[in-house]
Amino acid sequence: MQKKIDLPLNHSDIVSLKAGDRVLLSGVVYTARDAAHKRMYEQEEMGMPLPIDLTNQVLYYVGPTPEKPGEVIGSAGPTTSSRMDAYTPKLIAKGLKGMIGKGYRSDEVKQAIMNHKAVYFGAVGGAAALISRSIKSSEVIAYPDLGTEAIRKLVIENFPVFVINDVYGGDIYIDGTTKYKRENE
Amino acid sequence: MKIIEYQTIVEEVKEMCKKANYNLGEDVYTAFSQALKTEKSETGREVLSQLIENADIAKAEQVPMCQDTGTAVFIVELGQNCQITGGSLVEAINEGVAKGYGEGYLRNSIIHHPLDRKNTGNNTPAIVHIELVEEEHIVIHMTAKGGGAENMSDLKMLKPSDGVDGIKEYVLDIVKKAGPNACPPLVVGIGIGGNFERCAYLAKKSLFRPIGIRNHDQTIAAMEEELMMEINRLGIGPQGLGGSTTALDVKIEAEACHIAALPVAVNLNCHASRHQTSILM
Ligand code: SF4
Repeated sequence: MQKKIDLPLNHSDIVSLKAGDRVLLSGVVYTARDAAHKRMYEQEEMGMPLPIDLTNQVLYYVGPTPEKPGEVIGSAGPTTSSRMDAYTPKLIAKGLKGMIGKGYRSDEVKQAIMNHKAVYFGAVGGAAALISRSIKSSEVIAYPDLGTEAIRKLVIENFPVFVINDVYGGDIYIDGTTKYKRENE
Repeated sequence: MKIIEYQTIVEEVKEMCKKANYNLGEDVYTAFSQALKTEKSETGREVLSQLIENADIAKAEQVPMCQDTGTAVFIVELGQNCQITGGSLVEAINEGVAKGYGEGYLRNSIIHHPLDRKNTGNNTPAIVHIELVEEEHIVIHMTAKGGGAENMSDLKMLKPSDGVDGIKEYVLDIVKKAGPNACPPLVVGIGIGGNFERCAYLAKKSLFRPIGIRNHDQTIAAMEEELMMEINRLGIGPQGLGGSTTALDVKIEAEACHIAALPVAVNLNCHASRHQTSILM
């Protein structure tokens, strides 16, 4: 079963999602990885305004390759999310509702997802050329000095993801592995 | 005496960097197609289909299959009677990498210093290992090694009494800890023996052997197959979403070591196992 969801996320969509669901996302997402997270976090600590309003928004952890002439964006698959874990609970508390990345999240992030009703999606790591096809526009909107790590506004259409962590504490990495460990015996 | 021009190496390396990132090797592609037939999980099959489609797009459009175009790692078999004119081997490789990553629209992921973390802007320096050989040629093996899988790699000085069971337990533990982070299905590279640094090198070197080719030592080859089965029983599956395909292959390189030691290194590689080999005669 494949669900289609329009961004920004609304509450009823978020609570309808369960770990393991296949979803196609359409709408706006913002890119941010290590350096952009660090800078946003520091600005927040100093009481400065963030360059983007995160309320109800989705962050995509990605550092794309440079685009060839005529391309919207280069190859743009997910990077490992755990490197963002130190910053994420604070951003979720500020209103961030969704994240796209790959790999495990910390207990603190999973707790924040449950407490503030957010969702963590996984895209297929390494399927970057395929994923780029669902990115329709790309514009650097903050921290251009960070190069591949700058914050971009992307418009995506039918961007393929799986729900990894849902508001109910579901975690497909744990549940999927447990299920197939049993089946593979 | 064989003479090889600096510029020949630059041009060769430049092309290798691009090809490695655009064209997934036949060995990995075949392993995907094979896994698609045997994978038990529907989600796992969906992931594998996406990876096959991704490889097709990357090849047809000559774009990087993954946005992490990696650290450029080289193993060079250098004939001891070969001479390079016009500059040094390592400089030539670095110039080739800078050109390949620049002209090929590949991502620059290398920083000057682990603490200041400023990007060098051309993906150099590359990591270059040189092995002197007797043949009159230079063979350049290159891999674009992604950060996600490299970060989940590990090394441990086991006790000789830990034996084969201890080695297996340790390898399975590293693969479990890596879970989805290393972008499974994986190629698991293992070094056994040598010493602390040699063991890590052996693990890396094992990953240069194509999928499906076993170690020529029968005992080690059997261990590769056993570990492969045990890893695939873990249930991690494609992208860690659950399934029966966690590893596409397991590679082991073993070497002599000290009577008191049993070093074991596990170098994980993601499914974007990107390799090129070029022979300069
Ligand atoms: S681990 Fe491999 S497939 Fe995954 S993002 Fe890194 S380079 Fe790409």
